[in-house]
Amino acid sequence: MTEIFGISTQALFGQLLIGLINGSFYALLSLGLAVIFGLLNIINFAHGAQYMMGAFCAWFLLNKLGLSYWWALLIVPLIVGASGMLIERLMLSRLYKLDHLYGFLLTFGLALIIQGVFRQQFGSSGLPYSMPKALEGGQNLGFMFLPNYRAWVIVASATVCLGTWFMIEKTKLGSYLRAATENPELVQAFGVNVPRMITLTYGFGVGLAGLAGVMAAPIYSVSPLMGADLIIVVFAVVVIGGMGSIMGSILTGFGLGLVEGLTKVFYPEASNTVIFIVMAIVLMIKPAGLFGTQR
Amino acid sequence: MAEILQPPAAAHLRSKDTKHQKIAFAVMLAFFALAPLVIYPVFLMKVMCFALFACAFNLLLGFVGLLSFGHAMFLGIAGYTAAHAAKVWGLTPELAILCGAGAACVLGIASGLIAIRRQGIYFAMITLALAQMVYFFCVQAPFTGGEDGIQAVPRGALFGVISLGDVRAMYVTVFSIFIAGFLLIYRIVHSPFGQVLKAIRENEARAVSLGYDTDRYKLVAFVLSATLAGVAGAMNAIVFQLAALNAVHWTMSGEVVLMTLVGGLGTVFGPVVGALAVLAMENYLATLGAWVTIAQGVIFVLCVLTFRRGIVGELSKRLSKPL
Repeated sequence: MTEIFGISTQALFGQLLIGLINGSFYALLSLGLAVIFGLLNIINFAHGAQYMMGAFCAWFLLNKLGLSYWWALLIVPLIVGASGMLIERLMLSRLYKLDHLYGFLLTFGLALIIQGVFRQQFGSSGLPYSMPKALEGGQNLGFMFLPNYRAWVIVASATVCLGTWFMIEKTKLGSYLRAATENPELVQAFGVNVPRMITLTYGFGVGLAGLAGVMAAPIYSVSPLMGADLIIVVFAVVVIGGMGSIMGSILTGFGLGLVEGLTKVFYPEASNTVIFIVMAIVLMIKPAGLFGTQR
Repeated sequence: MAEILQPPAAAHLRSKDTKHQKIAFAVMLAFFALAPLVIYPVFLMKVMCFALFACAFNLLLGFVGLLSFGHAMFLGIAGYTAAHAAKVWGLTPELAILCGAGAACVLGIASGLIAIRRQGIYFAMITLALAQMVYFFCVQAPFTGGEDGIQAVPRGALFGVISLGDVRAMYVTVFSIFIAGFLLIYRIVHSPFGQVLKAIRENEARAVSLGYDTDRYKLVAFVLSATLAGVAGAMNAIVFQLAALNAVHWTMSGEVVLMTLVGGLGTVFGPVVGALAVLAMENYLATLGAWVTIAQGVIFVLCVLTFRRGIVGELSKRLSKPL
């Protein structure tokens, strides 16, 4: 067995893989947060709860309606996104004229409600979600064993992230979105229905959280609090990356996943806290974040 | 310099409107002095601990405009330090509480230096993340006892003389510390220093242009708030003879935001009323498990959507007097 710094390559690559998986979720979630923040100026605290809803929706579809993982990938983001649009229309839209902190507090309240309701219904312990048949098993790469499902998560998440980046940075629809981020009144004056765009954007960001939930279901157990601690890590990821750029949040997400994986190999005691430590260091050196601009 | 920034309202306030605040203060004193005759005193001591915690939090959010979403870290770390000091070092309760407040102060300086580098929503996210780091530290550090916490903390004897095992002595101690903390916060808010804090809240750029080093003011306010939250946390650990993980968890940070919001942001008495209201609600629903969380969430949503002034803020508006 080969060794690097006294650690077997098997363990090293294994942890790096887990890091990449976590990074996939950080990237998907922080991307959603960044898209929402860009247009609504609200940090969506309910993001973790909506990710959890995605996982529960997938579990429900499989176990109650018999719809497979692949259907869930398609349907769940739509359901979760639609619930998000409802929230935006009924509640968030009343707060745009106020200090942005109120949006943060409102979504925090919503997160408590959603998590509380699921905990009341399903208890705190997790529910199992079986792996889709087509992605069982794995590949032996010689230096490590790569489970198929994990490879799929990384590839799918990277694809979705890059697709989102392409849509926002390179298409006409995305140019409307970027324009509305800069100056909503002007875009409205050009005849674009900005309120509808805001609703759809919130729905899209929340839908991304739902999608991440579906992808997480077969790896982590489906439980009401699965998103509660994750969202705080994702906040730290967002602070590190800065919310200025879409690509920035994707790269920061994957990068910090890897950093976390490496920490698990070399100093496991700090693996829970390493992202927060990185955040503190980045704030000292570059307060606006790695890809952000201070405003 | 400070005189220039003092708004006319504040000058006016010194002459006449303090009358209503004095009445409100007398009502509050009377309530906490007489309530133990009819309400379970341990519950009231909890209310006073959390009222002080919420007042300290409000000092930052209500008067500097900084939303800290990680104030549980100060409550928790002070609780652990006080419990450790009383149980392992065998210190008297007043010294244990001082140790706890000291620990919160040090943590406040460290986290404040990092957090004040960003404003607004980022400040909230950063404090939340730092508090989560402290939470993981408390889960892993040997002296906190992990999941069990530090149990059976001796209440000891105040100044080595008055045994706090007696509920009445404990109550009077908590009452005195709470009132002292409350008056200190009142004094801070109504001092020239407090006026500068309000100026920063209203328009930071202008405060900078008037020559104030706003970062330093914000840091001092943050550390003061952290230390007072620490006093509350240390006192809480001595009263309940327990320091546990729930005091460091982010749900606790959310709770103090809720108390302040319900009572009235930026009001002097709001956090006290809010702490009483939220704790009474939790006590009432305690047997119903997850319903407490749901109720908290619903109150959050309702307050933000329809009741942003809070109980005391609304009252103050009706009377058109600051409370």
